[in-house]
Amino acid sequence: MRMLNKTNIGWLALFLLVFALIQGAVLVGWIDAFYEIALVTILINVILAVGLNLIIGYSGQFSLGHAGFMAIGAYAAGIVTKQIPNYGGLLVGMLSGMVIAGLVALIVGIPTLRLKGDYLAIATLGVAEIIRVAILNMGGLTNGAAGLSGIPYLSTWFIAFLAAVFVIILIANYTRSSVGRATISVREDDIAAESLGINTTRYKTVAFVLGAVTASLAGSLHATYFSVISPDQFTFMRSIDILIIVVFGGIGSLTGSVIAAAVLGVLNVFLQPFGSLRMILYALALIFIMIFKPSGLLGTKELQLSKWFNRKKKQTQRQPVKQKEAAR
Amino acid sequence: MTLMKVEKLTKNFGGLSAVSGVDLTLKNKELVGLIGPNGAGKTTLFNLLTGVYSPSEGSIDLVQDGTTVSLIGKRTDQIAELGVARTFQNIRLFKNLTVLDNVRIGLHNKYGVNTFSSLLRTPGFYRAEEKMTEEAMKLLEVFALDEKADYLAKNLPYGDQRRLEIVRALATDPKILFLDEPAAGMNPRESVELTQLIRQIQKEFDLSVVLIEHDMSVVMNVCERIYVLEHGRLLAHGTPEEIRANKEVVRAYLGGE
Repeated sequence: MRMLNKTNIGWLALFLLVFALIQGAVLVGWIDAFYEIALVTILINVILAVGLNLIIGYSGQFSLGHAGFMAIGAYAAGIVTKQIPNYGGLLVGMLSGMVIAGLVALIVGIPTLRLKGDYLAIATLGVAEIIRVAILNMGGLTNGAAGLSGIPYLSTWFIAFLAAVFVIILIANYTRSSVGRATISVREDDIAAESLGINTTRYKTVAFVLGAVTASLAGSLHATYFSVISPDQFTFMRSIDILIIVVFGGIGSLTGSVIAAAVLGVLNVFLQPFGSLRMILYALALIFIMIFKPSGLLGTKELQLSKWFNRKKKQTQRQPVKQKEAAR
Repeated sequence: MTLMKVEKLTKNFGGLSAVSGVDLTLKNKELVGLIGPNGAGKTTLFNLLTGVYSPSEGSIDLVQDGTTVSLIGKRTDQIAELGVARTFQNIRLFKNLTVLDNVRIGLHNKYGVNTFSSLLRTPGFYRAEEKMTEEAMKLLEVFALDEKADYLAKNLPYGDQRRLEIVRALATDPKILFLDEPAAGMNPRESVELTQLIRQIQKEFDLSVVLIEHDMSVVMNVCERIYVLEHGRLLAHGTPEEIRANKEVVRAYLGGE
C-alpha cells in the first residue's frame, strides 16, 4: 500500500492533532458560540483561499470572480436544504452547487482564460457580477435582493473542518503531481510549456474549474451554517477578502493560505472591541505585513512532511557521492 | 527519408516580410545549420515551424510513419506532440522549479496520469511518478546534470541552463530538435563541448537537429548541410565547403558590392 507511507500518516496525524485541539477547546468551553462562528468563518476562508491559490498561485491566472462561485454553492445548498432539511439534502445541495459552479467555470473559462493579467481579472470580475445579478433576478427561486432565510442549520464546525481537510488534501495532491507541474509550467513560462506539448488552455481551465468547485463547497457551508444568505454577501468585496488572504499568506503557498486565513480570522476577533476602528487597524496590519514581507507570510514555501522524513535518508544517500569525488 | 518538407513559407508582419518563399527539406537523422546575418528571419522561421506564429503562405509537412501531416493551423503543443522540440534563443527554463521538475514537465505528455488520478493519488499515480523520475534522472545523467537535480533552474550556471533546456526538449521524445543559438554566450571551450554534445545527442537519441548559430566553428564542424537566410529569403544552401566558397554568402556577412 503506497498510500500508507510515512508522509501520509504524518499528515493524517497532524490533521487529527488539530482536530483534537479544537475539539478539546470546545469541550473545555474555550470555544463558545461566538468563537465557533469565528472558527467556521476561518475554515470556510481556508477552503476559499486554497482554491483561489490554485488559480492565482499555481496556474498564474488572476481571478477576481471567486465570490460568484461561492454564491452558486450557497444558493444551491440553500434552495435544496429548504426542501430536504436533512444531511441527504445537504449532500445533494453541495454536490449540485459544485456541478453548476464547475460547469459555469468551464463555460466562461474557455473564452476568458485566453486573456492575461489585468484583462482576465476584469473578465472574471464581470462573471461574478453576472452570477450575482442573475441570482438577484431569479424571482421566487432565490427570493431576489432579500435573499434566503431560514435555511436549516445543518453544517457544524466539524463538517466545515472535514470539508477544509478534504479540499486541502485534494488541492495539495493536485499541485504535487504531473498535471500540477504542468499547471505550474504555464505560470512560469507559457511559451516554453507549449513547446513541450503542454496544452496551456486545458491546464488553466482545469485549475479554474477546480477553484470554482471548491469555492462552491465553501458557499454551501456558509449557507447551511449561517442560515441566512443574500446576494450582497457575494459582491466584489468578498472576492477581494479572499484575495487578501491568498496574498497575505503567500501566492503559491497552500500552507500560507491556511495560516493566513487563521491569522486574519483571529485578528478580526481580537479587533472586535475596537468597533469602527477595527477595519482601520486590520488594514494597517495588512500594510505592515506587505511592507516587511511583500511575498506574503510564507512566500512560496510549504510545510512538507515528506522533506522532514526524507532528510535523514538523503544525507546517507549523498555520502557515497562525496566519497567518489574524493577518490578521484 | 524526408522528415519535414517546407514549401514557399512566408510570414508577413504588416508590410514587412520576415520570411518569404523559403523552401526547406529535412531528412532523417540529419544535422542541419541555419545561418544568416542578424534580422535575417532565422528565429521567425523556427517560430513558424514550431507553431508559435502561423504562416501567411506556404506549407509545412511532417512525414510520420509514411503518412504526411500538415502542421499549418496546428497549435504549438500539438506540433510538440508530433515530435518537434525546440530550445530558445533567450533561455526559457521554468526558473523557480528544480532541474528535475523541468525535465519531468517535458515527460508529462508521455507518462502523466489524468487529473482524477492525481487528485485522489491512485496506485497508477505513484507508478507514473516513479517512472517519470527514473526517466528524468536517466536523461540528466547523460548530460551530467543528475547531481544537480534538486537545484532550482535559476541557480544553475549559464552553460548548465543551456544544457538543461536541451535535456528538457529531449524529454518530449522528439524526432526533430530545433536549437536556437545554443552556443550564444559560451566561451570557446564551452562551444567545443557543445559541438560534441550535439553530435552525441543526434547519435544517441536518433533524431534530426536543426541549429541556428552565429559561431561558425560550431556550424562548420557539426552540420552536414547549411541553409543561409538573408532578408527572409533563402540565399544559399549546401555543404559547409560549398557555403564557405559561396561569394553571395561572403557578401551577405562581410558586405561588398
